[in-house]
Amino acid sequence: MDMVSFKGFIFIVAALIAIAASLLMVTRKNPIHSALWMIVTFFAMAVIYLLLNAQFIAVAQIMVYAGAIMMLILFVIMLVHMEKGPEAEESKKSGPGKTRVAGAVITVILLLEVLFGSLFYQMTGRTGDYPTELVNNTGNVKTVGSLLYGQYLFPFEIASLLLLVGIVGAVVIAKRK
Amino acid sequence: MLQEIPPLFCFALSGILFTIGAIGAITRRNVIVIFMCIELMLNAVNLVFIASGNALSSMDGAVFVFFIMTVAAVEAAVGLAIFVMVFRLQGTVNADEVNLLRG
Repeated sequence: MDMVSFKGFIFIVAALIAIAASLLMVTRKNPIHSALWMIVTFFAMAVIYLLLNAQFIAVAQIMVYAGAIMMLILFVIMLVHMEKGPEAEESKKSGPGKTRVAGAVITVILLLEVLFGSLFYQMTGRTGDYPTELVNNTGNVKTVGSLLYGQYLFPFEIASLLLLVGIVGAVVIAKRK
Repeated sequence: MLQEIPPLFCFALSGILFTIGAIGAITRRNVIVIFMCIELMLNAVNLVFIASGNALSSMDGAVFVFFIMTVAAVEAAVGLAIFVMVFRLQGTVNADEVNLLRG
């Protein structure tokens, strides 16, 4: 291949957007700016999911993460920062402490190990029952749905129970005494 | 037929995003920003699931990502309720100043 394929080009652009937006998210002082950059990251990741033939997960990513979770986070930021200014939280101490820098360095070392491992891994050669052509013939959403309501029915029900417990727990915790 | 993306690039991108999220969770002090960094790390793991599922022609990766998203949604609801309560009791969401387990 002397030319970068179309999918590769889109992937590189989306990956660069995701990395840049997540870096901006981590470094912004104002939490609302962080949340907005987080939404950009989620959209870039949704594009990558589309490139990897996971249409259902891409749509769920936009609806659940960029729609529901980030809206919740933005509301809580606005609730919590009503009286204080946006930069009140981190202006007292300047810069991260030594232990935090050490933790960050250790994390970067772990990243290098992961990159090294992913360069030299070997597939076992065994593949699953859902090649891309077959999934595209029946439809991605239909395939995921039949798996969720067939093979994974019990975990699916447990997940719905978990959501119910989460709703009740959130209401109970945030209720005024 | 368009050429598929090698899973190595997805693994590398996922590692980079996970590292950015972990560094943010270590160095930031606002608990809401720490929470967003945790969400970013969950997303990086989702990317590995999807890339592996695509490379191994399996659908289980997408199902697992679905369950991870469910857990993340529940975590967001309960965690943000806890943050609102902590702010009401302590008047701050700075992770260094919130050091009491009682109200």
